Amino acid sequence: MTSSTVVAFDASAPWQLNEQVSLRDESFGALAYHHGTRRLVFLKSRELVAVVRQLSDFDSADAAILALVPEGQRARYSTALTSLVRSEILCER
Amino acid sequence: MSAESSLRNRFERGLAAPICLTWELTYACNLACTHCLSSSGRRDPNELSTSEAKALIDEIAAMQIFYVNIGGGEPMIRRDFFELIEHAVNQHVGVKFSTNGTRIDEAAARRLAAIDYLDIQISIDGVDAATSNRIRGAGSYDSARRAMDNLKAADFGQFKISVVMTRESIEQLDEFEKLAAHYGAELRLTRLRPSGRGVDVWQELHPTLEQNRRLYKWLLARPNVLTGDSFFHLSALGEALSGLNLCGAGRVVCLIDPVGEVYACPFVIHEEFRAGNVRGSGFRDVWQNSELFQSLREPGNAGACASCGSYDACRGGCMAAKFFTGLEMSDPDPECVFGHGERALTAKKVLLRPTPSPDHSRQVPVTISAR
Ligand code: SF4
Ligand code: SF4
Repeated sequence: MTSSTVVAFDASAPWQLNEQVSLRDESFGALAYHHGTRRLVFLKSRELVAVVRQLSDFDSADAAILALVPEGQRARYSTALTSLVRSEILCER
Repeated sequence: MSAESSLRNRFERGLAAPICLTWELTYACNLACTHCLSSSGRRDPNELSTSEAKALIDEIAAMQIFYVNIGGGEPMIRRDFFELIEHAVNQHVGVKFSTNGTRIDEAAARRLAAIDYLDIQISIDGVDAATSNRIRGAGSYDSARRAMDNLKAADFGQFKISVVMTRESIEQLDEFEKLAAHYGAELRLTRLRPSGRGVDVWQELHPTLEQNRRLYKWLLARPNVLTGDSFFHLSALGEALSGLNLCGAGRVVCLIDPVGEVYACPFVIHEEFRAGNVRGSGFRDVWQNSELFQSLREPGNAGACASCGSYDACRGGCMAAKFFTGLEMSDPDPECVFGHGERALTAKKVLLRPTPSPDHSRQVPVTISAR
């Protein structure tokens, strides 16, 4: 099982999709399944899925959001990424 | 519209692949539970072969179905049981399987404990032998407990204890919780549906309105108790229970039976809800293109529930429960928390209950302890 330490989301750090997670594209976004915790998480927009998939190309989550998300929406994406970190869908690189 | 309800609307229109795929490996079973949803007993001679089963697993993996719920009959009766689950797990298709536990001796428990991505649900129908055996047959309770002991001794980790809520078992909720805690197990409670042989006992065993209200409160206070989204019809009582709260049949849920037939959900093994067979053009084609599934993904008709203030929570309840009790799809759920289902049932002059098909019950009676 996974450790119970809660990882805080530091947007200035480099992040990536957890290797134990599979993503399946759906019309509304994607389903993410964590094979370790056996939890299913819904990514509720295609834009969010694009950010998640490309996180590993950037030096930090901030840089990814800056490059991929239009200005007015950036705060929402930080919130979404924070919850994906909490559910261990994302992990630090 | 909240984010949750818009997501639910998307789910109602169907997904690229199911979230909750149940695959019954065999109709063979060494027990003869009175409420068996698949009328299991005898093996069907036309069962998928090992190589057909493996090809199906490959397709499941290719469709990115993350895990499959394996059941039966008793799945461990198949001689290639371990071969098949290992084949799935090796391709990162997680396996959750339901068993009566009779085949989990010490050696099997150790073998199961060595497999990753494996969940086990052991079924009992009462917290004591007398209550459970009335439904599952003499000796069944002790063998289920032995299986739990063996899994614990083999350090399997957290397994699930699965209980169908009947008029009797619902009175034992707190004791089930204690039993699960004793094993460090998760508790999973599901709804009794009038499916398979369940149709014969549903009338006398389904919970009363008052019991359902108690169950609702009990579950609301325990979001960690698993329910497989069974009780969303109870969400009409107020705050929604945790889960998707929708009938997922043909949208996010489906069943593949031992001979490869695809049905809309495990509780509607009937001609009318059969979408196709994996032996033809494959499972993906059935899931994506069958006429039945397409029609189930059309916006539903609220029917008699249209004027109900709780429709958004309950959506008229369970299709299978309506179908097998002889109600129309536009009627309320037979266990509607406001009693509308019961009234609809009494109002029908002639109740045309469909005959369940197919039936693999054994013709020879199995010893079942006297009531
Ligand atoms: S009337 Fe229909 S929607 Fe309302 S609670 Fe009863 S079954 Fe559910
Ligand atoms: S028919 Fe009933 S059991 Fe089947 S998916 Fe719908 S609500 Fe669930």
